[in-house]
Amino acid sequence: MSVYYSEDHEWIEVEGDLGTVGITDYAQGQLGDITFVDLPEEGATVAKGDSIAVVDSVKAASDVYTPVSGEIAETNDALADEPELVNSDPEVGGWLFRVKLADASELEELMDEAAYKKFVAGL
Amino acid sequence: MRYLPLTPADRSSMLETVGASSVDELFCDVPEAARLSGPIAGLPMHASEMAVERHLGKLAAKNLDAGSAPFFLGAGAYRHHVPASVDHLIQRGEFLTAYTPYQPEIAQGTLQVLFEFQTQVARMFGTDIANASMYDGSTACWEAILMAARVTRKGKAVLSGGLHPHYGEVVRTMAKFTKDEIVSLTPEMSAQTDDAAVIAAIDETTSSVVVQYPDIMGRIPDLEAIAQAAHAAKALLIVVVTEPVALGLLEAPGHLGADVVVGEGQSLGVGLQFGGPYLGLFGCREKFVRQMPGRLCGETVDAEGKRGFVLTLSTREQHIRREKATSNICTNSGLCALAFSIHMSLLGGEGLEQLAAINHDRTQALVERLTQIPGVSLLSDAYFNEVTLVLPRDAREVVRELADKGILGGVSLGRLFPEQADLHNGLLVTATETVTLEDIEEFAAGLAAVLEGEAA
Amino acid sequence: MSGVNTAGWRPSMNEVAPGDMAPATQSGDRALMLEEALIFELGCEGQTGVDIEAPSKAVSPALSKFRRKAAPALPGLSEPEAVRHYTRLSRQNYGIDLGPFPLGSCTMKHNPRLNEKMARLPGFADVHPLQPQKTVEGALEVIEQLADWLMKLTGMASVAMSPKAGAHGELCGLLCIRAALDARGESREIVLVPESAHGTNPATAAFAGFKVQAIPATPEGRVDLEALKEKLGPDVAGVMITNPNTCGLFEPDLKEIADAVHEVGGYVYCDGANFNAIVGRVRPGDLGVDAMHINLHKTFSTPHGGGGPGAGPVVLSEALAPYAPLPFVTRGEDGEVHLVEEENRGEGHERAFGRMVAFHGQMGMFTRALAYILSHGADGLKQVSEDAVLNANYILRSLEDVLEAPFGKSGPCMHEALFSDAGLPEGISTLDIAKGLIDEGFHPMTVYFPLVVKGAMLIEPTETESKQGLDRFIASMRNLAQRAQEQDESLHTAPHFAPRRRLDETRAARKPVLVWKGDEAA
Repeated sequence: MSVYYSEDHEWIEVEGDLGTVGITDYAQGQLGDITFVDLPEEGATVAKGDSIAVVDSVKAASDVYTPVSGEIAETNDALADEPELVNSDPEVGGWLFRVKLADASELEELMDEAAYKKFVAGL
Repeated sequence: MRYLPLTPADRSSMLETVGASSVDELFCDVPEAARLSGPIAGLPMHASEMAVERHLGKLAAKNLDAGSAPFFLGAGAYRHHVPASVDHLIQRGEFLTAYTPYQPEIAQGTLQVLFEFQTQVARMFGTDIANASMYDGSTACWEAILMAARVTRKGKAVLSGGLHPHYGEVVRTMAKFTKDEIVSLTPEMSAQTDDAAVIAAIDETTSSVVVQYPDIMGRIPDLEAIAQAAHAAKALLIVVVTEPVALGLLEAPGHLGADVVVGEGQSLGVGLQFGGPYLGLFGCREKFVRQMPGRLCGETVDAEGKRGFVLTLSTREQHIRREKATSNICTNSGLCALAFSIHMSLLGGEGLEQLAAINHDRTQALVERLTQIPGVSLLSDAYFNEVTLVLPRDAREVVRELADKGILGGVSLGRLFPEQADLHNGLLVTATETVTLEDIEEFAAGLAAVLEGEAA
Repeated sequence: MSGVNTAGWRPSMNEVAPGDMAPATQSGDRALMLEEALIFELGCEGQTGVDIEAPSKAVSPALSKFRRKAAPALPGLSEPEAVRHYTRLSRQNYGIDLGPFPLGSCTMKHNPRLNEKMARLPGFADVHPLQPQKTVEGALEVIEQLADWLMKLTGMASVAMSPKAGAHGELCGLLCIRAALDARGESREIVLVPESAHGTNPATAAFAGFKVQAIPATPEGRVDLEALKEKLGPDVAGVMITNPNTCGLFEPDLKEIADAVHEVGGYVYCDGANFNAIVGRVRPGDLGVDAMHINLHKTFSTPHGGGGPGAGPVVLSEALAPYAPLPFVTRGEDGEVHLVEEENRGEGHERAFGRMVAFHGQMGMFTRALAYILSHGADGLKQVSEDAVLNANYILRSLEDVLEAPFGKSGPCMHEALFSDAGLPEGISTLDIAKGLIDEGFHPMTVYFPLVVKGAMLIEPTETESKQGLDRFIASMRNLAQRAQEQDESLHTAPHFAPRRRLDETRAARKPVLVWKGDEAA
């Protein structure tokens, strides 16, 4: 099991051919209080880089891009009632969706934790 | 100039502060060639209040206003009595000269009114929620079709032939550009609404079905049957109400299966005003809230825990979502919503019911009297305050001849549907509470004379 | 500051003595600070404030199956209750009638009451949009006379009067462009929009079925001409430019932009939201514009009414004029005013792209705007833009030593002065300044717009502020800037003296409560 990060501040935790995707702690801090999360439909086929979810705060709506291609296996239903999970627990309980990976080699273009930390520090 | 407070002395001292020798220097970024040296030629100079009143008063006097003649027009704009307090209250400067309530701490007046307005509209329509207004009924109708397309992820709307033709025109105009598919049914001179044809036109690709209630000819469709058919095809039923007073008597569309109810709110508080500004009403199921167009006011608390109101869910709107917004609407019909809300507060549910009853009563009297005229018949006996009369000849001429007699005798279907010759003998007439029995007599005498004149 | 309140009058602001704390009141009201319940909490169902005649007959049996089972559950208020409810609510609002309303890009100028009086003449207020034409000739004349003024003030060939507001006017303009392209058999997809544009521009372009491409701004706050030229090509339907732009600056290259766009077969849409800066002094038609909406509720003083209604007529160049939507009012060669609708579109307006509204547009706003225009005349309107620009520059130069003016060095501004949070100490935000201004008794400026300037504060005084009024505003702004430099913590919790403190917008958005449900069983 390993975690990868994108330059758009998504994280993906991969176990077998299933990836769990969310936004990073840094991203939630930038957005402020999350008020609503618009999630993709389960079963949808998505391509790496597609905007497939939207995270709303009071004054902004931010697109979430899938860091990998594949099929949406599951979405986090808990966010419908508690969007604030994305603020309080962004990298565990505040996950957004699970995607069945179409091409594991796409992960190679993402950053590991150390690289992401360095990336954020440079912003 | 009475509206400009700066004195010549102010201007020169301010130019000094600014460091410019003349105001012209401040326009230095405008290319020389485009800078006009003096007032635009060929236009009049400033005028006193008195002179302006005289000019506009003359123009106003050239019109035959509804209060000066027996008046029976409807077709999407209705003349109702507006209580005197409504116009007084909307002219309070704090309402009239306020901006959109983006600074909620100093706009609670407007915001609380919007919250009350949204509740009134939702209860009248029988929908879960309503927004803070659209431009008018026709644009609200188009916005509803777009919302249904977003919700259902399909793009075909079926329009009943009973929909106001101008609303249909607005929808077809917009759809040409957005590439949504619109199926427009042809209106028919029939006692029945086109429910069966609407239901037959629904298929799996249909996103919405648009039905007017009462329809453009004053008839009343069976919403439950249409809702059932729409829902079976996973389409939304959009009900259009152009005369909200009808809902004092008729069941609320939301209680009959409508998913979205839109309408023209002009009847309450706003007045005829030659067509605008009017008030678009928009109500729907709560689950569509994040797909709704327009502003929404919501309840919250302030830092001391006091109840207060704010504009909310703004991430749907153009100033945040830009090209991904649910609509491009910004300025809406705020002051008309206030007028509607005040009028509705004065009426209350009971008053709306009474108002509807007297409207229906007057229309019954009108129908009874006019159908005594040889050659005049009633299209459908299920009506609220508007009916189609079938005349022995083109109603457009009849309307013009009535106007020559100082009678504003309804709207001809020929004006509304110029391309449909089979409707041209139809005359749409409305009687609201403002119509007296004397008006009806005068209308009847005029109509009889006009029609006899033809026979002679 | 010189000139502020020369008589020296100031309300007494004595400190409250320690033992003299304000008591809590039983009602929750505090003298003239009045709280007000919702109508649903005030009234009782079954009451009504309108006396309505009883019907003489029963409801027709043909209606029985359609009858409402119960009247809508809505309270009715007697007239005294209603008047009090709305009067009390009105006092929780700020309006132009109370003081300066310096919202950038909104042009909150004084609303002359003559305009209200004129709009209420029965000949305008009580006529139906579908009356026979010969009974509404005066109303059509108002539309035509206003149209004529708008064309002459902008130097354009035609005007579509029916759009209901600015964004609706933008849509009208873009649909004219689309129709003109269709007539040429071209399906261009791209509309170029500067990053600094109003949100309605990209939203409208998308609504009209175009794809939006952003054009960057130069460090001087103007459209980057070279970047724009690079994007021009056969796919470009047009550009949407705001002039003066949202940074309060004139786009000196507009003519060159227009020429370049025309050269590749595109059209130029101008967002006329800021027309107040140039009205009577510069004609957009001289700068190559093909379409521009005019917000009558900005430049021509029709009241904003707490969010609307507005009116957004669109002036059009020769190239786009044939496509203006119906209904269309025109003065014929016979000197008479004619109304063109679907029925008679063949009479010279057969290429109209369709219809945007049910009736003729915002007649009530037309009357008000025409009254305003006639009052000012060509000379007064020129003075309007000159005073609006002078007032803005006066604010710019009176505050730039205490607030960062990002484009202050590049020359005069037009009718808006733009500042940013760059000079504010860490921890004090633009929002804090805005909320502090509320406590000072002013409506805040536009904040965080345009997006291209971080922490933007956009101040548009308009021409209807006196010098004394501007000096008071400037004095308050300087005081706020000083408190900011002193890290005055109380700014974070401002406003302190408004009917409400800062409101919890996150709570409102997470669990939206949009209608009152107090009478529903829990």
